Amino acid sequence: MALEVAGLIAGYGPVTVLRGVDFRAEPGRITCLMGRNGVGKSTFLKCLMGLVPATEGTIRLDGTALEGLPAHEVPRHGLAYVPQGRRLFGPLTVAENLAIGGLVQGNDRATLAHVLTLFPRLGERLSQVAQTLSGGEQQMLSIARALCLKPKVLLLDEPTEGLQPSMVSLIQDAIRTLTGQGVAVVLVEQRVDAVLRLADSVAFMVAGRVEETRDVKGLAADDPVFRNYVGV
Amino acid sequence: MTGGGVTGGGVKVWVLHLALLAVLFSAQFWLSPYHATNLVRIMVLAVFAMGYNLAFGYTGLLSLGHALLLAAGMYAAGLPAQLWGWSAGPAFIAGVAGGGLMAAAVGLLALRTAGVSFMIVTLMFAQAGFLTLLYFAPITGGDDGFALANASRRIFGFDLSADTPRFLAAFVIFALGLLASLALVRSPFGRSMVAMRENEERSRMLGYNPFMVKLAALACSGLYAGAAGAAYALLFGYAGASFATIQYSILPMLYVLLGGAGTTLGPFLGALVMFALIEAASGLTSAYFFLVGAALVALVLFAPKGILGTIRERWVRWLP
Repeated sequence: MALEVAGLIAGYGPVTVLRGVDFRAEPGRITCLMGRNGVGKSTFLKCLMGLVPATEGTIRLDGTALEGLPAHEVPRHGLAYVPQGRRLFGPLTVAENLAIGGLVQGNDRATLAHVLTLFPRLGERLSQVAQTLSGGEQQMLSIARALCLKPKVLLLDEPTEGLQPSMVSLIQDAIRTLTGQGVAVVLVEQRVDAVLRLADSVAFMVAGRVEETRDVKGLAADDPVFRNYVGV
Repeated sequence: MTGGGVTGGGVKVWVLHLALLAVLFSAQFWLSPYHATNLVRIMVLAVFAMGYNLAFGYTGLLSLGHALLLAAGMYAAGLPAQLWGWSAGPAFIAGVAGGGLMAAAVGLLALRTAGVSFMIVTLMFAQAGFLTLLYFAPITGGDDGFALANASRRIFGFDLSADTPRFLAAFVIFALGLLASLALVRSPFGRSMVAMRENEERSRMLGYNPFMVKLAALACSGLYAGAAGAAYALLFGYAGASFATIQYSILPMLYVLLGGAGTTLGPFLGALVMFALIEAASGLTSAYFFLVGAALVALVLFAPKGILGTIRERWVRWLP
């Protein structure tokens, strides 16, 4: 048991975006979130992180209640988030970005070494300023920085969007390695081919709720479920 | 592009800072007494600017209320010396603590705001502080201030009103301030300050409590301002409400912007260049602030990151 969400309701001021989300993410498994634009996928991840406050519902990580915690407390409980658009500390070096990422967990060398094993390319660029990295390298750094928190659950919002295929494959390999080490991965992804290649299960969101969850085994790219929920 | 950020440079960084300190130490032997006294003022004001740099340059807190912190240090040191005859050592410690505590108290309220609101709230606190000093004129001396007795300006047997001990005391305070600032910005806490400056929400996602980091940074900034205020009172023997005016909130900002915000040597360089500019311009015209203003406008247009900020960006990436 890792992450369990029940009846989550949240939004921005008077606008309700999440309308009772039920969701589970298991250790060692990749669960994809799919849905059309505006159904609340990114808001759901932000709500898990405490960045958008939940008005109702529960979020449990290994039994610990996370709803209502201030946003800076959530990562300490084992949740790490890689938002869309990378969002690095651009003027700082790769090493400094990683150090900032791992500070609240004590910046131990073993974690840093593990992260650099997953992304050896970053190890060659430790003193390079982050904003001068290529798009793919920036995404690697964004994920690596989150991994410095030693998360039990990693939330990824479209991590391979706009990247060249070689980079996509490197990042997907790293994500698979992570699940092999027992990390639960929640992945917002819009491309069916990526979901079929990477995910263990897929949760389809419609109008602020998870409408259906399916095991990826047995799904094909032309399955009507994708047309129904994603429009492809 | 390598070697940037705030922790690059390794040994070179420490060598550069120690070299500057060596040059400053030697200045007492080759500067005229007039220029040496000016350098004492510059070093003290540079300590004030270093503190401002921690808040603004590294943490992104644009304050217009640092005059209050300077005055808190000045009066926390000056009043006990004046009223109860404290000697310079305890008075200086009281001044440093006064600046830090005042910064923490202001921060507890002001840090609930951000951006322009933070500027205005800090400005209001400083104005309130200034008016308080005037209101309690029988104790504080009001606008006229008060002179400290020479007996209170002694430390370890040295008379701080004499040129050499005054220079050495200012140098020691400056050196400690500079090295502590370098160590601080390269420490894990320094990284969290920079994370706050770059993006609060991103930092929150990584487990940082922005309020606490900013409060701690502001308190550190207050310790520096308090040290500068106390040093000014003890080294020049005077404390006055004029140090709590908005002019002394703007000055450290100008020093930092001129020298380079977010660079450890920028505050000193900014204070030095500004002092030299005023000195040179005042020899040419009585409207010398016009020339100084023109020079600053040119700087903002052609080197918006300040002198060292521009040098770091273009040529010396390892400058901290």
